[in-house]
Amino acid sequence: MRNDAQAGTSLTSVMWALLRHELLLAFRNRQSFLNPLIFFVIVTVLFPLGVSPDPDFLREAAPGVVWVAALLAMMLSLDRLFQSDYEDGTLEQIVRCAQPLYLLVLVKTVVHWMLSGLPLILLSPFIATMMNLAPEFIPVLVLSLLLGTPVISLIGGIGAALTVSLRSAGVLVSLLVLPLTIPILIFGTGTIQAGIDGLPVSGYLAIMGGMLALAVTLSPFATAAAIRLGVSN
Amino acid sequence: MVAPLLVAKDLACERDDRMLFSRLGFELDRGEILQLSGPNGAGKTSLLRILASLFTGYSGTIQWRGENLARCLTEFQQDSLYLGHKSGIKPTMTAIENLRFLCGLGQRVSEQALMGALQEVGLAGYEHSYCRNLSAGQQRRVALARLYLSTHSLWLLDEIFTAIDLAGVKQFEALLLEKSRQGVAIILTTHHKLDIADVKELHLQHYAGGHAHEE
Repeated sequence: MRNDAQAGTSLTSVMWALLRHELLLAFRNRQSFLNPLIFFVIVTVLFPLGVSPDPDFLREAAPGVVWVAALLAMMLSLDRLFQSDYEDGTLEQIVRCAQPLYLLVLVKTVVHWMLSGLPLILLSPFIATMMNLAPEFIPVLVLSLLLGTPVISLIGGIGAALTVSLRSAGVLVSLLVLPLTIPILIFGTGTIQAGIDGLPVSGYLAIMGGMLALAVTLSPFATAAAIRLGVSN
Repeated sequence: MVAPLLVAKDLACERDDRMLFSRLGFELDRGEILQLSGPNGAGKTSLLRILASLFTGYSGTIQWRGENLARCLTEFQQDSLYLGHKSGIKPTMTAIENLRFLCGLGQRVSEQALMGALQEVGLAGYEHSYCRNLSAGQQRRVALARLYLSTHSLWLLDEIFTAIDLAGVKQFEALLLEKSRQGVAIILTTHHKLDIADVKELHLQHYAGGHAHEE
């Protein structure tokens, strides 16, 4: 019999190893995560130039513009979420690892959010100020993004996993995922709109929190199943 | 009586409406080396992927230590090592970072052991080189360094000698022999003539054809 104490690994150590690996990889390929961020800034900066610089109009449009730009920016980096691991064989090793795939894909999805969602959230107060959103609504915007962007990563992970064995899946992932993220977009912008209209926002935020809880618990099942399918191709 | 390590019975696999093999079966015990042979497209890689539980499009039964594979999948994955065509080496990571991650998925390995394994495969001095700067053979050697650290009871090796030079092949053959003497069972595909005595061979072309099951 093997010596398990020496050979075995705990689930947490594998998850840590994967997390460190993913962050290191992302650090080495900074470009792929800077692009969405730059995209986000460019879209929101060009919008007032292209449509109208009128402050009242901008205040009206701010929630929608920030949210749509954030959604599309996150889509940009989604198709590579599992693709490069699939191409070089890492995904096979991850699937064959004796730990639950559910948690390992969750780690990868969380890293995607940390690198594409979190920077957008940190930038959003500046963008919102530029869009003439009143300062008291900026916390609401940040909170709605904080609850909403992880859901985009989680749902997007399903799409990325489903298309993992396709050579050029870029547009397909967006086509699969965007309809599923529409509720998030509606409630995300709705939260801020409600705040501007003087209505309570807690209900909206609670619904978004519910969506996040649902996505965190259920989407990794679908992602893991899709990855098994993709690898077995 | 102890059940053999790995038993395959009546395996059949169909891909793209073509029967790769059918009625294929074998038994593998501790310390045995099984070489899968056959022309290109005979289904060697498919068979290895089936055995590695990566590909599920097959019929038949596989038993691991006397138990159905589906019922002891976690233990099986914990105790078997699969090295495929694609080695999982990231070009933007250094040799030791790659090895640390790939090993870390299944076992706890000390830094010293990692360095030692890289030295064994002839990459001393390259530990902190980015893999994109290494040659194809050297990248393959990074992946094969896992063999030196492995504590698994079963190795599933798919064309591991690709891009490895002759001296390297000799060295890895010696490793396979040594590990099999220690009780590791090995299944491998290679077009290379193995210089190891008593290797069992499984000729896939003997199981080729057959009729596709009516679904």
